[in-house]
Amino acid sequence: MTASPDFPVLDVSGLSIALDNDGVQVPITQDVSFSIARGEVLALVGESGSGKSLTALSLLQLLGHGLSVVAGQIQFQARDGGRTDIARLGRSGHAIEALRGARIGMIFQEPMSSFSPIHTIGAQIAEVVEVHEKVGRKEARRRAADLLGKVGIPDPVGALDRYPAQFSGGMRQRAMIARALVCGPSLLIADEPTTALDVTIQGQILELLRALKRELGMAILFITHDLGIVAQMADRVAIMYSGRIVESGPVRDIFRHPAHPYTRALLDAVPRLGDIDRGRRIQPIAGSIPNIFEVPGGCRFHPRCPVAVLPRCAASAPPRHSSGRHEVECIHGETELAP
Amino acid sequence: MSDLLTVEHLSVRFPIRSGAVWSKVVGHVTAVDDVSFTIAHGETLGLVGESGSGKTSLGQAVLRGHEPAAGRVTLDIDGRRIAITSMGKTELREARRHMQMIFQDPYASLNPRMTVRDILSEPLIAGAARGERLSRTQIDARVVDIATKCGLSRDQLNRFPHAFSGGQRQRIAIARALVLKPALVVCDEPISSLDVSIQAQVLNLLAELQETLGLTYLFIAHDLAAVAYVCDRVAVMYLGQIVELGTTRQVYYSPKHPYTEALMSAVPEPDPDSTRRPILLAGERPDPAHPPTGCRFNTRCLHATETCRAVMPPLRPLGDGHFAACHYAETLELRGALALGAAATATA
Amino acid sequence: MAVTDIAAPPARTARRKRMRRPDLASQWQLMWWKFRRHKLALFGLVVLGLFVLMTMFAEIIGPYPPGQRDTKYVAGPPMMPQIVDTAGNWHLPFVYGVKGVRDSKTLRMTYVADTAQLWHLELFVRGTPYKLFGIIPGDIHLFGTDQGSVHLFGTDFTGLDIFTRSVFATRASLGVAVVGVAVSFILGAAIGGAAGYFGGAFDNLVMRLIEFIRSIPTLPLWLVLAALLPRDWGALQTYLAITIILALLGWTWLARTVRSKLLATRHEDFVLAARLSGCSDTRIIARHLLPSFMSYLIVDTSVAFPEILLAETSLSFLGLGLREPVESWGVLLYAAQSIRSISQAPWLMIPGVFVIVAVLAFNFVGDGLRDAADPYSRS
Repeated sequence: MTASPDFPVLDVSGLSIALDNDGVQVPITQDVSFSIARGEVLALVGESGSGKSLTALSLLQLLGHGLSVVAGQIQFQARDGGRTDIARLGRSGHAIEALRGARIGMIFQEPMSSFSPIHTIGAQIAEVVEVHEKVGRKEARRRAADLLGKVGIPDPVGALDRYPAQFSGGMRQRAMIARALVCGPSLLIADEPTTALDVTIQGQILELLRALKRELGMAILFITHDLGIVAQMADRVAIMYSGRIVESGPVRDIFRHPAHPYTRALLDAVPRLGDIDRGRRIQPIAGSIPNIFEVPGGCRFHPRCPVAVLPRCAASAPPRHSSGRHEVECIHGETELAP
Repeated sequence: MSDLLTVEHLSVRFPIRSGAVWSKVVGHVTAVDDVSFTIAHGETLGLVGESGSGKTSLGQAVLRGHEPAAGRVTLDIDGRRIAITSMGKTELREARRHMQMIFQDPYASLNPRMTVRDILSEPLIAGAARGERLSRTQIDARVVDIATKCGLSRDQLNRFPHAFSGGQRQRIAIARALVLKPALVVCDEPISSLDVSIQAQVLNLLAELQETLGLTYLFIAHDLAAVAYVCDRVAVMYLGQIVELGTTRQVYYSPKHPYTEALMSAVPEPDPDSTRRPILLAGERPDPAHPPTGCRFNTRCLHATETCRAVMPPLRPLGDGHFAACHYAETLELRGALALGAAATATA
Repeated sequence: MAVTDIAAPPARTARRKRMRRPDLASQWQLMWWKFRRHKLALFGLVVLGLFVLMTMFAEIIGPYPPGQRDTKYVAGPPMMPQIVDTAGNWHLPFVYGVKGVRDSKTLRMTYVADTAQLWHLELFVRGTPYKLFGIIPGDIHLFGTDQGSVHLFGTDFTGLDIFTRSVFATRASLGVAVVGVAVSFILGAAIGGAAGYFGGAFDNLVMRLIEFIRSIPTLPLWLVLAALLPRDWGALQTYLAITIILALLGWTWLARTVRSKLLATRHEDFVLAARLSGCSDTRIIARHLLPSFMSYLIVDTSVAFPEILLAETSLSFLGLGLREPVESWGVLLYAAQSIRSISQAPWLMIPGVFVIVAVLAFNFVGDGLRDAADPYSRS
């Protein structure tokens, strides 16, 4: 069986995550839907508390204590065409463990804490291969060295026997990418992989991810809050605000014709290198991000929205409009999406 | 315009200790190495650099939050020259009213056990304004005044920091820094721990307060775009040294140091059609405890020569107040932020 | 729609009033809220409260003075309060009267319940007079019987009521623990604070000293120290000496906590901010450093209680700590260790239950406090 070309690697629909707070289910994300095709980069953009990182964790059933997927599907299609609804798998067990690290790789923000300090880099990468595939230690080490070379670590064979502490931040992040990719996953989840790195190192890592994507043809879910990285990395973008995807679409549509007031406000709020003459003043977004216990009714952005129509926006959830692959949840959606 | 702050040959060293039981100092890391610069009254000087460049240490040494190993720091307050680095402890406590700091992490910089009112009153009661002997009502008036200026309401003053979001906490931290009416404020990465939509609020607040209160900022950040937005002049640091210094325009549009160029190129532009591509520097920053000989950037520089490996280039004037520490500052063809392909994007 | 919108704000403020306001809550309030969620800790706190009441009102709770011998009931087993008699009739709570029967072979007196006699239990009966807190005279006891006597936990070989003695023993045992912990607290905070503050060679010296003290096996050390106490010292002197011995060995844990917390907090941004705004060293310590790790000290103290409690019990049990006629749990258990007691009067071991309950209660409370100690954790 081969992968059907029309079915995306990952298809998430109606995903809702809730936190159990002393018996009361507090919704964290609601009705999150997106899909990623082979060789595509989807950027999931949001600020702290938007639910973007929890969405990523739920894709691998890695949600923490008290958190659970309460609705929705996470359809994953492996390279061999086998489909799984991850939302129906348990937190542990053979089915999910076979996916984690093998079919779906994940890299995190903190390269310091993602490796155990007491084992060598080589042992930790080879372990992934040994766990998921029936290969010997020698073959696993060869694969690990191969990957370390691919992610640009000099002297990959020598690097196998070094400890994480002997690696710099950038090198450790490369090693983490190698570990995520060593089993040839169809999907890579990258959760703010460059936030802890210096800007010159960030450039190197982004370049590496782009090259690997081309070479290995995997899908990437890239989670970030940095619009600059989004513009440089993503094919498509989903903007999350307070647990909902408020706008999604091809990267050019999002940056050139942002349809949701929040997306527009975000773009207007970041300074750019070209602003030196202070001709353009950045426009702050008023108010602050709602916390999960005090989510406003109606459209969640309405208390901060410059174009909110009251009381309509406060009373009912905004309708979803779409034009091609560009979708937006806003009462102004229809006019904003018009070409 | 006269200079408010003069920093001359400032160095900061941290001891390296070794031994588990009787620890001994076995060496030093020079975090800041012989740095000199000035900031004019009402000006904002940006200090950019990556982690380990020594920018935070420099900011703290200027205020003697960390004792510098060598060098002089002088403030000019109403024509009176105050030699910060040669002061005794008591004198220094008094002088602290002229210079304050805003920290990176507003979760760590506010004492969680004190109400906002107490946090803001502390410098007036126990701190540098003690000599003024303000009455309780006067203190309260000052606190309410600065809180209002920073966008905090009166009823928020009785709350504890944990009741506030990151952006609001940073407003409290700003208010605390300004309640003493300082002349100089060192802003150490004041927005980097905040969310994008909140960063702009804080940047604009800082700009507004500068205008109304006549503040002078030393603005430390790694976010080049934010620095470009608020700073008049910019100093670029690498491994404890300033490698380039000039007006924002000079540094960003016509950089004279290869590191500055690489730094500019690496900032991802929020524009999918931007053609800017990062100049990929070789390797990573060397260990500050063992800096390379010659130019400190030579191990990663694309233009390095034998001279660079042997001789350390001084920070030298290139005219028009533009300085760079590169042997080839005049001859290298470096591209600035615009030439690197920052498409002139004016989104609506 | 619009109507409900307008009506909403007052409704919300009304609800707010009843809600807790974490934004206005101080450290201690937040800690209490967090502690309260820990059910076991709350239970432990209640138990400890009962113990405290017991030490304060031992004269009232115990039906007899601790030194009063019941010659009619020597080494008698515990009496169980009943409400139904053998004939199946219901009564107010009572105990059966007892009959002494001499064993024809061993000639030992044994006591059996005399189901014909019902001694009714009564609350707040008048009994032997006493002076509460040493000053307030009274003769009311929490419970007693209308005739005969009641020994809930039985009596020992001299006819002393074990229940009464256990209640009175709480006083000495908890007293040693409180004084011991207080002295260790002061020593630990002062020595640890100085080590953390001055650092350098002094810090090193203190740390090595702590390691040395901790490396000595505790039991032999106690034995040596306790053996040094003159045997002719009175009960009170021994009592004080034991307390001080325990404190001298117990301060190390706290000194370490104080030192490490001081070192950690000293580098917090808010401390630097206080210094930059011109606060003096003394003010920084008093107003910024100390309050921020006070909660951790309390946690450590709550953990130290059971240790000192057990230490006293162990020493007394070995006959090296407190001695008769002082009652402490250890002293009572000392009497229970002979073969004779175990075979003929196993109820002498009942005071051990008090020790277990107290230690568990302290540990539960300690657990709860540990969780509550940092109410500002961002999770």
